[in-house]
Amino acid sequence: MSLSFKRCGLILAGTAALFTKVAIAQTLTIGLAEDPDMLDPDRGRSYVGRVVFTGMCDKLIDVGAKLDLVPQLATQWSWNDDQTVLTMNLRQGVQFQDGTPFDADAVKYNLERSLNLPDSNRKNEISAIDHIEVVDAHTVKLYLKSPFAPLLAALSDRAGMMISPTAAEKEGADFSRHPVCSGPFEFDQRVAQDKIVLKQFPEYWNKDAIHLDEVVYRPIPDATVRLANLQAGQLDIIDRAATADLERIRGDSDLKLESAVSLGYSGITINIDHGPQADNLLGQDPRVREAFELAIDRSIINQVAFDGEFTPDNQPLSPDSPYHLDRPLPARDVEHAKALLKEAGVDHVDVELMVTNNPDSMRVAQIIQSMVGEAGFNVKITASEFASMLDRYSSGDFQAGLLSWSGRADPDGNLYAFLACDGTLNDGKYCNSDLDSQLKVARRSNDMAERQKAYTAVGDILLEDRPILYLYHPNWFWGLSSRVHGFKPYPDGMIRLEDVSLD
Amino acid sequence: MLFIAVALLAPWLAPFDPAANDWTSIRQAPSAVHWLGTDDVGRDVLSRLLFGARASLYAGVISVVIAFCIGVPLGLLSGYYGGILELVISRIVEAVLACPFLILAIAFAAFLGPSLDNAMIAIGIAASPIFARLTRGQVLAIKTEDYIEGARAVGASDLRIICYYILPNVITPLLVQATLTIATAIIAESSLSFLGLGQQPPAPSWGSMLDTAKNFIVQAPWMALFPGIGIFVVVFGFNILGDGLRDALDPREAR
Amino acid sequence: MLGFIVRRLLIALPTLFLITLMVFSLQLLLPGDPALALAGEERDPAVIEAIREQYHLNDPIPVQYAHWLIAALHGDLGISLRNREPVTSLIVDKLPVTLELAILAMLIALVIGIAAGLVSAIKKGSRWDFGANVVALSGISVPNFWLGIMLILLISVRWGWLPASGYTSPLDSLAQNLEMMIMPAVVLGTAIAGVMMRHTRSAMISAIHADYVRTARAKGLSERVVMLKHALRNALVPVVTMGTLQFGELLSGAVLTEQVFTIPGFGKLIVDAVFNRDYAVVQGVVLFTGTVYILMNLLADLLYYLLNPRLRA
Repeated sequence: MSLSFKRCGLILAGTAALFTKVAIAQTLTIGLAEDPDMLDPDRGRSYVGRVVFTGMCDKLIDVGAKLDLVPQLATQWSWNDDQTVLTMNLRQGVQFQDGTPFDADAVKYNLERSLNLPDSNRKNEISAIDHIEVVDAHTVKLYLKSPFAPLLAALSDRAGMMISPTAAEKEGADFSRHPVCSGPFEFDQRVAQDKIVLKQFPEYWNKDAIHLDEVVYRPIPDATVRLANLQAGQLDIIDRAATADLERIRGDSDLKLESAVSLGYSGITINIDHGPQADNLLGQDPRVREAFELAIDRSIINQVAFDGEFTPDNQPLSPDSPYHLDRPLPARDVEHAKALLKEAGVDHVDVELMVTNNPDSMRVAQIIQSMVGEAGFNVKITASEFASMLDRYSSGDFQAGLLSWSGRADPDGNLYAFLACDGTLNDGKYCNSDLDSQLKVARRSNDMAERQKAYTAVGDILLEDRPILYLYHPNWFWGLSSRVHGFKPYPDGMIRLEDVSLD
Repeated sequence: MLFIAVALLAPWLAPFDPAANDWTSIRQAPSAVHWLGTDDVGRDVLSRLLFGARASLYAGVISVVIAFCIGVPLGLLSGYYGGILELVISRIVEAVLACPFLILAIAFAAFLGPSLDNAMIAIGIAASPIFARLTRGQVLAIKTEDYIEGARAVGASDLRIICYYILPNVITPLLVQATLTIATAIIAESSLSFLGLGQQPPAPSWGSMLDTAKNFIVQAPWMALFPGIGIFVVVFGFNILGDGLRDALDPREAR
Repeated sequence: MLGFIVRRLLIALPTLFLITLMVFSLQLLLPGDPALALAGEERDPAVIEAIREQYHLNDPIPVQYAHWLIAALHGDLGISLRNREPVTSLIVDKLPVTLELAILAMLIALVIGIAAGLVSAIKKGSRWDFGANVVALSGISVPNFWLGIMLILLISVRWGWLPASGYTSPLDSLAQNLEMMIMPAVVLGTAIAGVMMRHTRSAMISAIHADYVRTARAKGLSERVVMLKHALRNALVPVVTMGTLQFGELLSGAVLTEQVFTIPGFGKLIVDAVFNRDYAVVQGVVLFTGTVYILMNLLADLLYYLLNPRLRA
C-alpha cells in the first residue's frame, strides 16, 4: 500500500516536473517575410538570412541602436597611425556551438574563408585586407592593402560572423545545411519554406542575457497573413508589418508595435551611360531629370502608397546616420517642370520605368506615372518578376527603374557600389570624377569630420546630377504580441534576442 | 452577351477614367460618387471593372483562338495520317498535358515577358493539347466512314479531304470545347495577372485588380469582391453557353 | 491484364522523356540568369561566375541535360540552387502537405459531387435538379483563388472562426492542422465537386434507363435498393475514373490555393522555384508531377477496367 502510494507520489512529482519544465520552456516564434537562402554567412545573399544569423552567429563587432559600433566577439580594436593595421583583442572563454574554442586562429580562418571561398559574397566587403596575423591566442592583426574605413562596419555584418572552423572544414559546401556559429542559439532543424528552428546554446558566453529556450523562424510572405497569425497567437513577433495594417496593430491591446527608420532606400535609378538604352532625354539631360523630380511629390507617394508611415527623403543615407545631409525636399512644381522640359527643347518625354511586380513597387510606380504625366512625361511601366529584371539592369537594358537597397551601417555601403565609376551595382554607369574621388577619400579615412566633409560633397553632387532619384526610406515595423518583453528595434532591421523574454 | 456589350461599351459606360487617380480618396468604401468604391491609389473600381472586362474578353477569346489554331491542325494531322507522325504528336501532347497547366503558363509567360498579349499566348499554347487530343479522337472516329473512303476513291487530295470532308464533321464538338475553354482561359488570365504576369499597370484586368486587392482584404474588401464577381458571372455565362451549344448541336448528349 | 499495364508503362516512358526535354528547354527560354538571380542584392560578378562554375551552368545545355538525366535515372534529382537542399528531400518534405490538401479536397468533392449528382439524377427536371446544376456550374466557374480570399475575409477576418492561413504539421497538432486545411480543401474541392456532380448525374441518368435497373425493378426490389445498389454502383464507374484523372489536376490546382493560403506545399515550391530560377527544383518537381499524372491516368484506365464487369469478361 505504502509502496504504491510512494510510486504514485513519484509519478505525480514526475508529471509535475514535466509540467513545470513545459511551462518554463520558452519558444519564441517569429514570422519572416521570406524564406532565407543559404545559412552560411559567407554565402548568404538575402536580407532575411541576416535576421536568422543574428540569432545564431555572433560577430566580431556589433551595431548599436545609434549605428555606433560596439564590442561583441572583439572586445577592443585600434588602428595604427597610417590606418593600415587593425589590431583586435578577442573575447576569452568563448566557444563555438560544437565545442571548438573561439580564438585568433578561428578569426584568421574565418576572414580567409570570406576572402577565398569562390562563391563568397563577402569578398568585396573586406577585399582591403591583405593578410591576417595571429599575434597570440586572443589578439589578431589585420593588415590592409590601403586604408579602408568601411571595414569595421563590414566586420559588424556577415563578414564579421564567426563560424566554427571545425564544422566548416567537415561540411564543406554543405555547411549551410548544418551551420555552427558561436551565437546565443544553435541550429536545430530547417524545413524549407516552413520553418527554421534554433535551440538555446547552453555554453553561450553571454548566457545571462538569454531568456528563451528556442526560437522558430517561419517564412510567411503575405503581410496580412503574418498579422493574422500574430493576432491568433501563433506568432510572437512579425517582421515587416505592412503599413496598411499598422492602425490595426496600434488599435489591438494584445499587440505592440515597434519601429525604426531603416538604413536602406528606394529610388529611381536612371540609365545615364549604359548602352543604347541610355540614349534618351532622361538619361542625357540633367534638366529633364530635374523636371522629373519636380513633378514628383514624395509625401504624396508616402501618404498614398504607405499610409504616411515611411520616411520621404531625397538622400541615400538614413536620417539616423551621422552622415545624413539636411537638404529640404523639393516642393512639387509642375509648371517649373514643364518649363525645364521646354528649355530642353521638348514638351513630352517618353520613359520606360521598370518595376518589380510586387504590390508596393507597383503602387509607387503608378503614383509616379500619374504625377509626372501632368508635367509631360509619358511613363510606360514595365513590371516583371525580379529575376528577369536583374538581367535587364545588369546588361543596361533599361531607361529607369525603381530599385531598393536594404542598406548598410557604413555610408560607403549605400553609395560606392552604386555611384562610383567602377561600382559593381552601378547599373546606369553614372560616372562623375569629382564624386568618385570624394567617395575614395571617405573610404580611406577613419576620421569622422573628414568623412563627413567628403560625404557632404557627395550628397550635393547627387542633388545636382540625379543619377538616382531617392524617394524614401522604408521604416521597419515589427508587430509584437504583448507577451514579448525586452525587444529593442535597431535601424539595421535585425531582431536581436538578448534580453527578449516571454510571459 | 451583356458581358460583351459591357466590354465594348466600357469607354462610354465608365463614370471615371480607369487610370485617373484621386489622391484624396484612397480605398474609399462604395458611395454615391464611386459606386463600387476606390482602390489603393484612388481609382474608381467600377470604371476599372468595366475596362477590365475588355481585357478578360480579349484574353479569353484570343487565347482560345491560339489554342485552336495550334491544336486542331496537329490533331487533324495525327488523326488522319497516323503512323510515326501520330506517335510523335501524341507523345508531345501527352507530355504537355502531364505538366501542370498553370506551371506551363507561368513559365511561358515569364519567358515572353509579362504583358496581356504574352499571357494570352502562354495560355493558348498551354491549352492547345486539349484541342489536339479532341480533334484526333474525332478524326479517328470518322476516318473510316464511307464518305471519306468515297472521296479518296475519286482521287481527292489529302488536303481536300481534310478541309472539305473531315473538318466540317468534327467541328461541332470543337466549338463546344472552345466555348468551355474560353471560360477556363478567362480564369487562367486572371490567375496569371494574379501572379503579376498578365495585364500591366495602370491598365486594369480583373486578375490584376484581385492581385492588388488581396493586400487590402481587411481594409478594403470591395476591391476584391467586385472583380471576383465579374469573373464568376462571365465564366458562368460561357459555361452555360458551352453546355447549351453542346445540347443543341449534339443530340446524343442531350439530357 | 499484365500485358496491358506493361504496354501502358512502355508508352509512358517516351512521354516522360519528352517532359524532361521540355522542362530542360525551359531553361533556355526563361529570361534571367539563374546565377544572377541567386547572387543576391550585391550581385558581385565574381560570385556570379563562381555560382556558374559550381552548378556547371557554363556547360552547354545538352551536356547539362545529359548529366541531369543520368543522375535522375539513378534517383538523384540534384540540389536546390538556392539553399542546397537535395531536390528529392524537398519533394519528400512538401509532398505530404499537398497530398493531404488534395485528398481532403477530393473527399469533399466526392461527397458533395456524388450526393448532388445522385439527387439531381433521381429527381431529374425538378427544382432540386436545377438547383444542383446551378451550384455545380458555379463551382466550376468560380476562380478558386478569389473564393479563397472571400472565405478568408468572411470566416477568418469577419467571424474569426478559422485561422486565415499558414500550416501546422499534423504531427505537431492534428486539430490545428485540420483547422488550417479545411478552408483550402473546400476551395480546391469546389471546382471538382462541380465536375463530379455533372458526371454522376449523367452516369446515373443513363444507368437508370439501363436494362439491369429495369430488371431489378421488375424483380420488385425497393426503389432505394435499386437506386443505390444497382444504378449507383454502375454509375460510379465513370465517376471514379474521372476522379482519378482529376486527382492529377489537383496537384496543379493546388498551386494558386497554396499561394493564397500560404501553405508550404508543392505549388509554392514550384512557383518560388520558377521565380528564383532554381532550375534543379523546377525540373525535379515537374518530372515528379508528370510521373504522378501519367500514373494516375494509368490507374484510371485500370479502375475503369476492373470496375466494369462487361469489360472484364
